Amino acid sequence: MIKYIVKRLLLMIPTLLGVAVLIFFLMRVVPGDIVELRFAGESAFAQKENLDKERARLGLDRPLWQQFLTWMLGIVRLDFGTSMWTGAPIIEEIKLRATLSFQLAVMATFIAVALAIPLGVVAALKQDTWVDYVVRIFSIAGLATPSFWLGIVFILMLLIVFKWLPPMVYTPFWIDPWQNMLQLIWPALAVGYRYSAVAMRMTRSAMLEVLREDYIRTARAKGLWQKLILSRHALKNAMLPVLTVIALEFAFLMGGLVVTEQVFNLNGLGMLFVESVARRDYTLTQALVMLVAFVFIFVNFTVDLMYAWLDPRIRFR
Amino acid sequence: MATRATVADARDVSGRGSWLSEVGDFCRQRPLGAIGAVVVVINILVGLGANVIAPYDPLATDYGAMLSSPSAGHWLGTDAFGRDVLSRIIYGSRTAMLVGFACAFFGATVGAVIGVTSAYFAGRVDLLIQRVMDIFLAFPLIILALAVVSILGTGITNVIMAITIPMIPRAALVARSSALAIRELPYVDAARAAGFRHRRIILRHMLPNVMAPYLIMLTAYLGQAILLEASLSFLGLGVSEPTAAWGLMLRGAAVQFAEAAPWMAIFPGLAISLAVFAFNLFGDSLRDALDPRLKTQ
Repeated sequence: MIKYIVKRLLLMIPTLLGVAVLIFFLMRVVPGDIVELRFAGESAFAQKENLDKERARLGLDRPLWQQFLTWMLGIVRLDFGTSMWTGAPIIEEIKLRATLSFQLAVMATFIAVALAIPLGVVAALKQDTWVDYVVRIFSIAGLATPSFWLGIVFILMLLIVFKWLPPMVYTPFWIDPWQNMLQLIWPALAVGYRYSAVAMRMTRSAMLEVLREDYIRTARAKGLWQKLILSRHALKNAMLPVLTVIALEFAFLMGGLVVTEQVFNLNGLGMLFVESVARRDYTLTQALVMLVAFVFIFVNFTVDLMYAWLDPRIRFR
Repeated sequence: MATRATVADARDVSGRGSWLSEVGDFCRQRPLGAIGAVVVVINILVGLGANVIAPYDPLATDYGAMLSSPSAGHWLGTDAFGRDVLSRIIYGSRTAMLVGFACAFFGATVGAVIGVTSAYFAGRVDLLIQRVMDIFLAFPLIILALAVVSILGTGITNVIMAITIPMIPRAALVARSSALAIRELPYVDAARAAGFRHRRIILRHMLPNVMAPYLIMLTAYLGQAILLEASLSFLGLGVSEPTAAWGLMLRGAAVQFAEAAPWMAIFPGLAISLAVFAFNLFGDSLRDALDPRLKTQ
């Protein structure tokens, strides 16, 4: 087991390194750089001297391999440097945005789980009846509806029916929980619906598989309560794949909500992504990509470990 | 058209009956899937015949009828430039189908070839391909799209590319796991013993036998590609004005004038949802029909 963990941890390194190389060169292939963009705003005829001076200050005049090496050495020491655009430390730039994205992801997960597990179980128990059909249509619709459009519809409804709009400015939860919830519950619902659809389908199919197992029949034959069979024998065994999709979806939510954030005017990680690419803020974009890639790889790793730990039939070499 | 092709292929996998009776069986056993297929076919026809069906030119502006509400003249109202929303949705179907089919086809096909190749060679080659795929899997999709569009500019071909690239590693993963089982079968050994080249064994012997997961991926990716295109266009990174595209129609004025002209924000979104819904409905039933594990249950 320990050998397996070490092997998986070591395999993370080449993947992360590959991501680093890819984003580093991708950003430099994109036309225009931060210096041009910044001076473009000031005057049409920026002095070439000034441009060069600024590039030198940011270290953009050095050979690419040197820039890459400096960046890598920084990462190894967990030093992500400063944003090229604002000059503030990247950790600070990301911290506040990440809090918002994280809270939204947690709220969406709650909504998704609360919807998905009961509905998925009911659909599996009543397979091929109208209940099953309704749940399946509800979940397929969830996959088909763009979250950002659902967000627009929510805002429209609130505006037209209640003549009310959610607050536009983010208030951290610990300052005013009520204001915070009023703002974030809508995007959480919009995203949570799609999320729940993914989890619901997995719950249903996992339950269907488990309910056909011999040990469920044995439990029934013993005359156990249906409730007990479900909670202790069936659900417990069906949860693994469901946990997997929930975990993977959570990892995706941390950086992938670009469009929904735009609709609700939220300053999360997704918005920061778009801004940093638009400004050609190399250091910030690189740090963000590494963060998202790391979360994704780490969640995958945790899921695999969870499998080995929770399901004694699986043993890794 | 797509229905016939895919169900006919399904017959090859299960290997019985004529394709017409297969279509009949599919409709009887999976009414939801049949409904989905009908909507998909309608959608394709609408996309193909947009210039005949649409009541107005999707690009024609009419400043006398800006933001007018749904009426007999404009069934779904007009937008901020006085363009007919219904006509733009009809033409948008063309964009969505084009992007959907192109991305799903290229994504699933290239992915399947890479996945099968990786499984066939095994060992070092497999390990190397898997690591490269891992890198693309971990890479945030939106950044890839942003970069492709920043480098190549907006436009339908670039959008297709931006959506296809992240699909490839996902398809490769699925195809590889199916191909791993096939690799051990005697006919692959036989082909190798007969002295066939690697390329021939991969393309002619192994690839046709991952057809079932391939078709499932294809239908699943269709819906996803349409959704992604809508998101990218909404961000201004996809298809550019004045082309009619559903995601683009939700952008800018649709949000700005949402209260005064809600039809601008409602109908294009409904079009996206309905199209993707139909593809998913059909894809789900197809999966149930093709997956032998589910069949016996």
